[in-house]
Amino acid sequence: MTDTLTPVLTDNWDSDRAWTLASYESRGGYAGLEKALSMAPDDVIAAVKDSGLRGRGGAGFPTGMKWSFIPQDNPNPKYLVVNADESEPGTCKDIPLMMASPHTLVEGVIISSYAIRANTAFIYVRGEVLHVVRRLQRAVQEAYLAGHLGTDIHGSGYDLDLVVHAGAGAYICGEETALLDSLEGRRGQPRLRPPFPAVAGLYASPTVINNVESIASVPSIVANGPEWFASMGTEKSKGFGIFSLSGHVARPGQYEAPLGITLRKLIELAGGVRNGHELKFWTPGGSSTPLLTAEHLDVPLDFEGVGEAGSMLGTRALQIFDETTCVVRAVLRWTEFYKHESCGKCTPCREGTWWLAQTLIRLEKGQGTPEDLDLLIDQCDNILGRAFCALGDGATSPITSSIKYFREDYLAHFEQGGCPFDPLASAVFAAEGATA
Amino acid sequence: MIDDTTRAELEEIASRYPHKRSGLLPMLHLVQSTAGQITPDGIETCAEILELSTAEVSGVATFYTMYKRRPVGDFHVGVCTNTLCAIMGGDLIFERLKDHLDVGNDETTEDGRITLEHIECNAACDYAPVMMVNWEFMDNQTPESAVQVVDDLRAGKQVRSTRGPRIVTWREAERVLAGFPDDLADEGPTAGPASLVGLQVARDNDWKAPPSSAAGSAEAVPDDTVDAVEQADTARAESETKVAESDD
Repeated sequence: MTDTLTPVLTDNWDSDRAWTLASYESRGGYAGLEKALSMAPDDVIAAVKDSGLRGRGGAGFPTGMKWSFIPQDNPNPKYLVVNADESEPGTCKDIPLMMASPHTLVEGVIISSYAIRANTAFIYVRGEVLHVVRRLQRAVQEAYLAGHLGTDIHGSGYDLDLVVHAGAGAYICGEETALLDSLEGRRGQPRLRPPFPAVAGLYASPTVINNVESIASVPSIVANGPEWFASMGTEKSKGFGIFSLSGHVARPGQYEAPLGITLRKLIELAGGVRNGHELKFWTPGGSSTPLLTAEHLDVPLDFEGVGEAGSMLGTRALQIFDETTCVVRAVLRWTEFYKHESCGKCTPCREGTWWLAQTLIRLEKGQGTPEDLDLLIDQCDNILGRAFCALGDGATSPITSSIKYFREDYLAHFEQGGCPFDPLASAVFAAEGATA
Repeated sequence: MIDDTTRAELEEIASRYPHKRSGLLPMLHLVQSTAGQITPDGIETCAEILELSTAEVSGVATFYTMYKRRPVGDFHVGVCTNTLCAIMGGDLIFERLKDHLDVGNDETTEDGRITLEHIECNAACDYAPVMMVNWEFMDNQTPESAVQVVDDLRAGKQVRSTRGPRIVTWREAERVLAGFPDDLADEGPTAGPASLVGLQVARDNDWKAPPSSAAGSAEAVPDDTVDAVEQADTARAESETKVAESDD
C-alpha cells in the first residue's frame, strides 16, 4: 500500500540551499543522468513510456509516446522546449519547484534531450518570476561548469546546450504552439495543428514540448525504473503529482501524492476548510477546468475520475472557495482574464470573450435578466470548439459550470439589484478585523 | 539613446540562439533596462540587428504586457487581482494602494518611484493575496503590509522579498530577464512556508515514496495515438489528431 503522500519532486525542498549543485548532488542528483547516458536513447524513451507518465501540464498525453513521434530520419536539428510559462489561474507548482530545486529540471532536460537526440534545449520561463529566472540561470551555469552540459557530457560524446529564456507576460504562451512562435521572437499566437510540433516545431524542426513537472519527473523514473513509477497512482493515471491547494483552507500549499487522491483527503491534510466555514466550489485544475462542488469531494483526482465528474484534472490547481464567495464575482474575474489574454488571432475567442465579459458585468451589477443566463450559454456554445486554440474553450468552462451548479447565485443578483455578498467576508484577513 | 555597449549586448543576446530573431524578447527586456521603457530608438536598434522592419518589432513589443511604452518607476508594484487573490483580499489591497499612492492602474507616482498595476495570476496562489515588486514575490499581503512596503520603497529603505532577495530596481530586474545574471541567486530561502506544508505532513507521518524495488505496471495506459488523445484532457487534441491520421 502506497503512503498517502509521496514526496519525490518536493523531497529536497526542506534541504539547506537545495537550489545549489552541491546540495542536489549530495542527495544523489545527476545519478539518473549517468545511468541514462549508459543506455541507448530509444531505451530511455521506452522507460518513460513504460512508466505510464502522462503530461503534467494539463492534457495528460503520454510523455514517452510524444517523444517517440520525433522522426529520427528528419535531417533538421531536434529541439526540446520546456514549458515553464506557468500562468493558468490557480496553478502554482512549477514555480516553487524551479525556485527550490532547479537542478531537478535541468537533469530532466539533459536526459530527455539525450533520449530524443536534441543538441539544443530551451527552458521558456515566464518573465514575471525574477528569482526563479535567477535560480535557473545559476543552475545552468553550475551544470556547465560540472560537465553536465556542453560538449562530451560525462565523456559520453553527447553534446547539449541549454538556454534559459524569459518570456514577457502573455498567458497564451503556455499554449505549446504559441510558445514556439514566442520563442522564435514573434507575437505569441497559436499555430494550426497538424503539423504537430514533433514534426514541424521550433524553426520548423522536430520539437518536443513538455511541462516542467513532466520533465522533472524523468530523472526519478530513470534512476528507480519505470515499474517504480507505475507502482503509484491508478490504473491509467500513474505516478505522483504535485497538488496545489489554495484559497479558503487552513494550510494552503503543495502536497505531492499519487494520482487518485481525493480532495476530501487533501483538505483534511490541509487542516480543513478555513475555520467556521464550509466548501462551496473548487477548481480541480485551474480556471479552465469546470467548477466542482462539495458533492465531488470523493472523486479520485486522476485523469479518468475528474473527467467522469464532468471536469478535467488539468494542472491539479485546487482553488478552494467557501460560502462567503460570490460565484458571479469569481467567474466574472476569470472571464476578464480570458478577455485580456485572448491573443486576437481568431474571432470566436477575441470577440466572444469580450461579449461574455459585457454580459457578466451586467449580471453582477444586478442589471440583467434571467434570459441573460441563456444568452451566456449561447455565447459559450459559439466559442467552445470554434476557437482556434484551447484558450477560448477554457474561457467557457467557469461560466457553463457555474450556471449549472449555482444558478441561484446569479438569480439573487437580479432579485437584490446587485451582489448579495460582502467582499470583505471572503478576504483572508477578514477575521483579523482589517478593512480596506 | 542606445549606446555602443548596449548595442553590443543586444547583439550578444541574438547570438545565443540558433536563429537570431529568437533573441527579440530578451533584447526588448534589455532595452527596458537601459531606457526605462520601450523606446522608438530601442525598437529601431533591435530591428537593425535582427534584420526586421520596425513594424515587426513594434508588433512584438505591443503584444506582451511586461513591455511598457511609458516610463516605469523605480519599483513596479503589481497586485494580483485574478479571481483567487482578488477574493482572498487582493481587490481590497489594490484599492488601498490606489488611494494611498493617489494613482490609477498602470500609473506612476509623481516622484517617479512607484508604478502601480493590477496583474494576472503569478503562480503563487498558495500565498494569496500576492503582490509582486519588480517581479519578486511579496506573499500573504494585507492592505496594511502593502502600504508599508510601498512607503519603505519610497523612503529608500531596503525591502526584501518574502521569498527571495533584496529588491533591486525595475531596470536592474529587466537586465536579469535579458539574460545577464546579477549574482543574487543565492539570496532568499529554498522555499516559502506554503511550499513546504505537504512535505511537513509527510515527514510527521513518515510517509515516503515507495522504495525503488516497488513494482507496478502501466499496461492500461494507452500506447496508441488515437487511444491516447481520446483519453487526454482535451477534445481539441483528439480532433486534431484524427485530422492528422486521416491525412496519412
